[in-house]
Amino acid sequence: MNTATPLSLEAARSPGEPDAHRRLRALLEQGLPLTPRPWQALAEQAGMTEEEVMACVRRWQAEGLIKRLGLVLRHRRLGIQANAMVVWDVPDERVALVGRRLARETAVTLCYRRPRRLPDWPYNLFCMIHGTRRDRVLSELAAIVERLGLDDLEHRALFSTHAYRQCGGRYAREDEPRDRLAP
Amino acid sequence: MTALRPDTAALDAADRRIINRLQEGLPLVEAPFATVAAELGISEGELLYRLELLLRDGVLSRFGPMYHAERLGGGLTLAALAVPEVDFERATEAVNAFPEVAHNYRREHELNMWFVLATETPERIPEAIAGIEAATGLAVYNMPKEEEFHVRLHLPV
Repeated sequence: MNTATPLSLEAARSPGEPDAHRRLRALLEQGLPLTPRPWQALAEQAGMTEEEVMACVRRWQAEGLIKRLGLVLRHRRLGIQANAMVVWDVPDERVALVGRRLARETAVTLCYRRPRRLPDWPYNLFCMIHGTRRDRVLSELAAIVERLGLDDLEHRALFSTHAYRQCGGRYAREDEPRDRLAP
Repeated sequence: MTALRPDTAALDAADRRIINRLQEGLPLVEAPFATVAAELGISEGELLYRLELLLRDGVLSRFGPMYHAERLGGGLTLAALAVPEVDFERATEAVNAFPEVAHNYRREHELNMWFVLATETPERIPEAIAGIEAATGLAVYNMPKEEEFHVRLHLPV
């Protein structure tokens, strides 16, 4: 827990950028203040106006630096104990279609195409399915296979049995889960 | 996690509605909590108070912006090892000693150790992999994302 990763939003600096913007990113890494005017609170700390802070955040969202403003759930604390990384061997010409359809399933929390590592690893599509119990995850997976007609695709559900390290703390990435891909 | 805390936090209906709503994101307005509280039919004070408790109880690890690692100029990949059972503990220590390892999970497969590597630049990924191979004596299976299929970022609680 609380692993500081080498990446930081603060460090993502463009040339000629005001120091206040870098300070704002450093503050944002710690999370949004839980006060009625969070942008105003950040503005005071960063030496900016509330309006400037909101404009920066809007721009960073538009540029994709910030994906969204939201929360990071600790699934295990919510009793969502079972999670499976479901891996599929999908013919290359079908993988984009299958990936898009899997991603639309509400039980699927992540869906990526990754390279096969033959001969040991034939799977090229990865998705995460979470649930309170292992049998629920497996029945959800069976329902998805049936619904999407994927029974011809070789797939496996790899449950995690132990988390040896989970990223927490100041830097949360949306694209590589927290309690998601990984768990 | 401390021993004093139960494994599973108890959420009431209002907590669940708050979490489900905020998984969709916070509006970028001057008083975002008031806006969300109004949608949920509770007061701004109650929303802020409940969020504080959810953070304190460890249900939420963080509240704020989610970053896009690649846009920050960083490198990111998912990697796996096939670790012989007798070596598992030693290999775990060796892998976790690398600061680039952001998550590390044991999974049920011949490839039984799965971890995410995050580096300051994409060029640092191969270096980290070479370091882990040297430290563990095992081949790293590097499986970087080639395409992302966007999910609805919402896990109902």
